[in-house]
Amino acid sequence: MTLLAFARGPAMQVATLVLIVGMFWRLSGILLLRRRVAHAAARNPFAVRLLGGAVTIVTRTIPRRTFWPRVGAGVALSYVFHIGLFIVLFGGAPHILVIYELFGVSWPDLPKGVVVVASGITLAALILLLVRRVTHPVLKMLSTPDDYISWVIVFLPVATGILLSGETIAGYGTLLALHILSIEALMIWLPFGKLMHVTLVFAGRFMLGHNFSRKGAAT
Amino acid sequence: MTDVVKAMRGFIADIGPNVALSLESCVHCGQCAEACQFYVQTGDPRYTPIHKVELFKQTYHREMGPFSFAYKFFGFAPALTAETLTNWQDLVYDSCNMCGRCSLICPMGIDIADLVEQTRHGMYEAGLAPADFLGAIAEKEHGTGSPFGLTSEKFRDLLHEIGTAHNVVMHVDEPAAEIVPTVSSIDVKTYPGSMAAIAKILNHIGLSWSFRTDGFDADNVSLTAGDRAGQSAITESIVKAAISCGAKILVMPECGHSFTEMRWEAANAYGKDLPFRVLQITELVAENIESGKIRVNKAPHAATYHDACQLSRRGGATEAPRIILHALGVDLHELEDAGDANWCCGGGGGVALIKRAQPLRDAAFAIKKKQIEATATPIVYTSCSGCRQTLDHGGKAASWTTTVGSLMELVADNLAS
Repeated sequence: MTLLAFARGPAMQVATLVLIVGMFWRLSGILLLRRRVAHAAARNPFAVRLLGGAVTIVTRTIPRRTFWPRVGAGVALSYVFHIGLFIVLFGGAPHILVIYELFGVSWPDLPKGVVVVASGITLAALILLLVRRVTHPVLKMLSTPDDYISWVIVFLPVATGILLSGETIAGYGTLLALHILSIEALMIWLPFGKLMHVTLVFAGRFMLGHNFSRKGAAT
Repeated sequence: MTDVVKAMRGFIADIGPNVALSLESCVHCGQCAEACQFYVQTGDPRYTPIHKVELFKQTYHREMGPFSFAYKFFGFAPALTAETLTNWQDLVYDSCNMCGRCSLICPMGIDIADLVEQTRHGMYEAGLAPADFLGAIAEKEHGTGSPFGLTSEKFRDLLHEIGTAHNVVMHVDEPAAEIVPTVSSIDVKTYPGSMAAIAKILNHIGLSWSFRTDGFDADNVSLTAGDRAGQSAITESIVKAAISCGAKILVMPECGHSFTEMRWEAANAYGKDLPFRVLQITELVAENIESGKIRVNKAPHAATYHDACQLSRRGGATEAPRIILHALGVDLHELEDAGDANWCCGGGGGVALIKRAQPLRDAAFAIKKKQIEATATPIVYTSCSGCRQTLDHGGKAASWTTTVGSLMELVADNLAS
């Protein structure tokens, strides 16, 4: 079996299984805990509370203006990375093809040059985020092995993707195999570390928004 | 001696999906630090809000998180020790007002202030509530129902003294009352004028009302200390007293944390919906101004207003004081960040009761001082005695010319005849 066949076959199956079971295990371990009923009379009816939760998912995307001077730069850098990754993931022709094969949906791809530039910016933002993490006193103190493992796990697919697009240091098959394997590593790690925020961010914001809407407080 | 097992049990006793989600979600972005007055003023990363709950988080991961087996087996989350608990004491108590400004910025939607409250449960169980004065006062409150050990008899005498001194009719222990006001021990000790003002306002509304000497002190220092049993005991006595006279409205005094407890937690301790409404006094006054039951004379003058975090950001009662100030014709110069993003005075969350925390409290107060001075108004009103006291003390230390006033005293002084 070639490395590419391994990556596309058993490795992908294992990674998918771990991703699904791991995410299910973690989410159910959180959400199935015994819920304490809030008896206090709510200021807002149930529908408004639900809306409050939904709105908070959107509004927490950007900090309130009063916080901008202190957190604006860090947030902006984080968004450069996230938006860059989004462009590469959903604008690159090979990725759209994979999505089409898996789910049967498709959309026009972006020009390769745009995707390459977005990849470069994403990679640069990732490196700057790491530099910030190891130099900023607060981030340095808060950081755990999870932060650094997660960084490597995200860095590898971006880096191998860039190498793959130029077929630079090895042949297409080898680079593609490494790229797929790096994505599989991400899939395996995702349920266990901070990358799980791809789901928790929605649950957390919703719950906060719902709870604070109950109080009629700002979300 | 620090009891590690009790701390651990205290941490994990009340974890539901809300808290678990919060403990699982942090991405270590550090934004909460930039919203916290103690980090902003000192630059010390230890004061990062989410770091303050680190022991709680580790205990959760070790004992009941979805991957607790791995956390234990691989030692990802170290077990609690007496040393680490002691090292965290100043973070959990001295440097957190539970003001919730960090909860307002967190991009993951973590209610960090709520996590600090939970963390204090464990710390209290371990005997780590700061002894002077927070822990000692909470202990007295738990034993007597009042932070200063005020008995029912003494409270009754005091109410009549205040009534005589302020020329206001006091209703005490009436067998039936539609409105039952509670008091803050800070008002009892320092600002009895606020109690007299509330009595005057209630007389003006004209509904039956009565203080109850069998459940009156809503301060609930136990809540801020982390004493769950004490917290419930205080709450239950007030609920019982209000029910015994058929109250339709329980009125919370000019106090922040007492409102949080009675408005949002009391029903949980009671186990079902309370048979009466719980309103902070500003809400009651605003409602009655809008309905025309309270009529006030215009008192035009320039002033600013300090929001108590537990009433506005954490309690949803941000508009009520502004309705009142508007009705009085006050030329309100809002503070920068007024309302929901307001900075704490520095004394909230029991920090005012921790002697050694004074330098931190002063550092936090400096933000408020600067903001108040920027409005160039001679008076700052508030509707929380804890805030009022912190502003008074801070202002005195800074030789301030700004006056700190009670919103309810302003209303009472300007009731239309």
